Amino acid sequence: MALDPSFVGRTYPPTDPYEVGREKIREFAESIGETNPVYTDPEAAKALGYSDVIAPPTFVFAITFKAARHLVVGDPQLGLDFNRVVHGDQKFTYTRPIEAADRLTVITRIDDIKSLAGNDVILISGEVRDAAGEHVVTAMTKLVARAAEAEESR
Amino acid sequence: MSAKISYDAVEVGTELPAQVFPVNRADLIAYAGASGDFNPIHWNEKFAKEVGLPDVIAHGMFTMASAIRVVTDWTGDPGTVVDYGVRFTKPVVVPNDDKGALIEVAAKVAAKLDDDARTVRVDITATSEGQKVLGMARAVVRLA
Repeated sequence: MALDPSFVGRTYPPTDPYEVGREKIREFAESIGETNPVYTDPEAAKALGYSDVIAPPTFVFAITFKAARHLVVGDPQLGLDFNRVVHGDQKFTYTRPIEAADRLTVITRIDDIKSLAGNDVILISGEVRDAAGEHVVTAMTKLVARAAEAEESR
Repeated sequence: MSAKISYDAVEVGTELPAQVFPVNRADLIAYAGASGDFNPIHWNEKFAKEVGLPDVIAHGMFTMASAIRVVTDWTGDPGTVVDYGVRFTKPVVVPNDDKGALIEVAAKVAAKLDDDARTVRVDITATSEGQKVLGMARAVVRLA
């Protein structure tokens, strides 16, 4: 059954703050093979004008997707089956990089719902703001839920 | 923010230094832990094959993270990235051997967007085993 397009525009309450730790950034940077010292050495980050180490550009996905998964996929009224979901597109728009000690909240919104060839396509945005309420980055995630019928007949 | 590349020094068509990123099963386990994405298609061969995949595949977000390194290594400062988007077109299949897979990334300046903001659009190509694994991979970066 196709997802109900009247959910477009639904906005979920802000998440509890996520506090960004230096060592979490280091762990993430190392896991993607990064060697840029701006992710691990506060002095290198300060030399570029930051107040602490910054996070790699895709680090924020862990925060926004956790919110999306919890709120949107977990929304019983929407009825999106996570087992059928694949990640179609991902986009980030940055005001500034995330820094260690940031306290970030995410406002998750359903931007679009479409049905294409029996698949549900849902576009979710996660707007990330710091403790002062200033915009840091917005993550736009397109999920594709394969048609249930096709799954069963395989 | 301070890029080490000057806006005035680049032209449409300027190629960024290409890079090859190896990825093996241990890397995927580390990425799963760091990112919190424990989907078994990224570490459990049996599960991956049961859902129709040829083998364990890399996290799409791992490939996305690797691809932007060509841009951030070029500018020196990752905070110069204003915008970054990709489409996940094909999976990076990671065999259970001592080599794993390779993600080959090339990029070039596709447009000079704004002379005042000194922003350029960089188009990125990422392939593995000769297949394009990302589509529409584009970043907007602010140069010096």
